[in-house]
Amino acid sequence: MTEPSAKPGVQDGLAFERPLNDLQTKIAELRKLNSGSHLELAGEIELLEDRLRRQTAEVYAQLSPWERVNVARHADRPLTSDYVQMMLDDFVELHGDRVFGEDRAIVTGLACMDGVRFLLVGHRKGKTVKDRLACNFGCAHPEGYRKAMQKMRLAEKMKLPIVTFINTPGAYPGIGAEERGQASAIARNILEIFELKVPVICIVIGEGGSGGALGIGVGDRVGMLENSYYSVISPEGCAAILWKSGDKAPEAADALKLTSKDLLRLGLVDKVIEEPLGGAHRDAKGAVERVKQQILEWVRELAAVPVPELLAQRYRKFRSMGTPISG
Amino acid sequence: MAWTRFGKKKDMPGGLWIKCESCGAMLFRKEFEQRNRVCGTCGYHFTLPARDRIAITADAGSFEEMWINLQAQDLLSFNDRVPYGEKLVQTRLKTGEHDAMVTGTCTVKGIPCAIGVMNFQFLGGSMGMVVGEKIALLCEMAAEKNLPVILFACSGGARMHEGAVSLMQMAKTCGALTKLNQKGVVSISVMTHPTTGGVTASFASVCDLLIAEPGALIGFAGPRVIATTIKKELPKGFQRSEFLLEKGQIDRIVPRAQMRDELARLLAYATGRDPVAAYKPLPVPVEAEVVAATAAVEAEPEAKPKKKAKQKKDA
Ligand SMILES: [Zn+2]
Repeated sequence: MTEPSAKPGVQDGLAFERPLNDLQTKIAELRKLNSGSHLELAGEIELLEDRLRRQTAEVYAQLSPWERVNVARHADRPLTSDYVQMMLDDFVELHGDRVFGEDRAIVTGLACMDGVRFLLVGHRKGKTVKDRLACNFGCAHPEGYRKAMQKMRLAEKMKLPIVTFINTPGAYPGIGAEERGQASAIARNILEIFELKVPVICIVIGEGGSGGALGIGVGDRVGMLENSYYSVISPEGCAAILWKSGDKAPEAADALKLTSKDLLRLGLVDKVIEEPLGGAHRDAKGAVERVKQQILEWVRELAAVPVPELLAQRYRKFRSMGTPISG
Repeated sequence: MAWTRFGKKKDMPGGLWIKCESCGAMLFRKEFEQRNRVCGTCGYHFTLPARDRIAITADAGSFEEMWINLQAQDLLSFNDRVPYGEKLVQTRLKTGEHDAMVTGTCTVKGIPCAIGVMNFQFLGGSMGMVVGEKIALLCEMAAEKNLPVILFACSGGARMHEGAVSLMQMAKTCGALTKLNQKGVVSISVMTHPTTGGVTASFASVCDLLIAEPGALIGFAGPRVIATTIKKELPKGFQRSEFLLEKGQIDRIVPRAQMRDELARLLAYATGRDPVAAYKPLPVPVEAEVVAATAAVEAEPEAKPKKKAKQKKDA
């Protein structure tokens, strides 16, 4: 899939994408001209395509952490809804937290994929402007976290593994959210997931925004897409506090060590799932397929682990994150 | 202008006077410290250093500190303007503490418990790997020894300098609390001013009992972040203890002067002891009966703080 997506790239401030997008546009134009069968043109196209591949690989190998944050936020990057659509053979969405309301910023439902049944929980950002507003840009309220927990308990009862898709700038900071216990809802989820007697798999597909991500982020296996990020605070927020200037977000992104490779090195995630060349936004199908294969592999792997051992491993995994020295 | 200058001068640590952050009254430092940093005019509860908190909570001499020497590693080589490693060294020198959490065992009015107290003086009480580890160790030890746990929260949230490692301490601490649940051991969280961010969104909110000091700022997001996001002024009293009680988020609000008695009472319920006795002064130890006369005099301060506080309020 090499449909050019030049505009969003520029508009997202992804400056490094511009030469790649220009090349893509040029190739597309030549292709149009080549509707006949000019041999020279075919050769030229091949040459350009080769250049595009090499250049994309080069650019993407050298992205700064801040540039990766922008890729993670790219408008064309596959969202939870894309995974639902492209990856699943069946999906029964389940709504509501049974207490207060329905939070569209988190989607939950029973899913079937290649004969494997599981509960899917994921942050939902929305595609259109209207959708984005309805989903509150992926910023969940306490209801969202409580809905997730209520469905996870259901999965436990049905003995279904749980797969979560993490993609949120953070839990919503608002009056209603605080009134209804945003902190408590997130904390309760984190604690209770440790007790769930079914395997839990988490995939960071875009933004891993702080507590809002961790609220559905405790898992037996945690994977991160190559160009996603996972951070204790947004680079903008960190820059505002420590550098006293939001403009220093690139510096903050650098300092926070929030890329998938960093998280892997720090032992905070189990695996980096490689994206197709030039990022998931250039090849959604390719990205979705890789995530799907990873989920299937982990589901099979974890199904073999006895429940007490599963819970003990889950605890040990998070217990060993960030071990102080004895001075 | 003159007033501001006067205020600033007298706010200096060790100065004779201190200005109340809430009502602006000038407080005589000695009296202010005697009230355990509660404003005599408006009742505002100032942040209390961890050691002072332990001193007014634990029975005298009963606190045994554990895991004193744990120190953070600078896994990120974090550098804003001062490298994190250097910042840690400076803060250790300034505070005399290794990190933002003091943990150990003690008795509260004779009832043994595990206790963890956050220290706001250490980088805003931020939670990094040391805070997370100490809470985990404390809970694991308490689960094993069947000791109820008291955790005093006082924190601006996760420690940015430790990046996602600090975020994962939320998981570590919540996971550790499940160890208590498995053994039926009770945990009490006391949220003090301020308790926000990753600390509120983890262990502080999922203990069995949630207590708050009056007027404490408690929340997930900071008020400034919320105000900027919603572009509105926040309602009065928003995210304060009283607001949380009203919204059903906490069990009780307990003033500092009554905290020790109240904790003893809850610990009594949690461990099958007499809650009524928890309000009484400690019984005189048998060995001390010989010197009963002196013991009686010594035992007095145990019963006094409540009365003292009352007298001052009346005056
Ligand atoms: Zn005052």
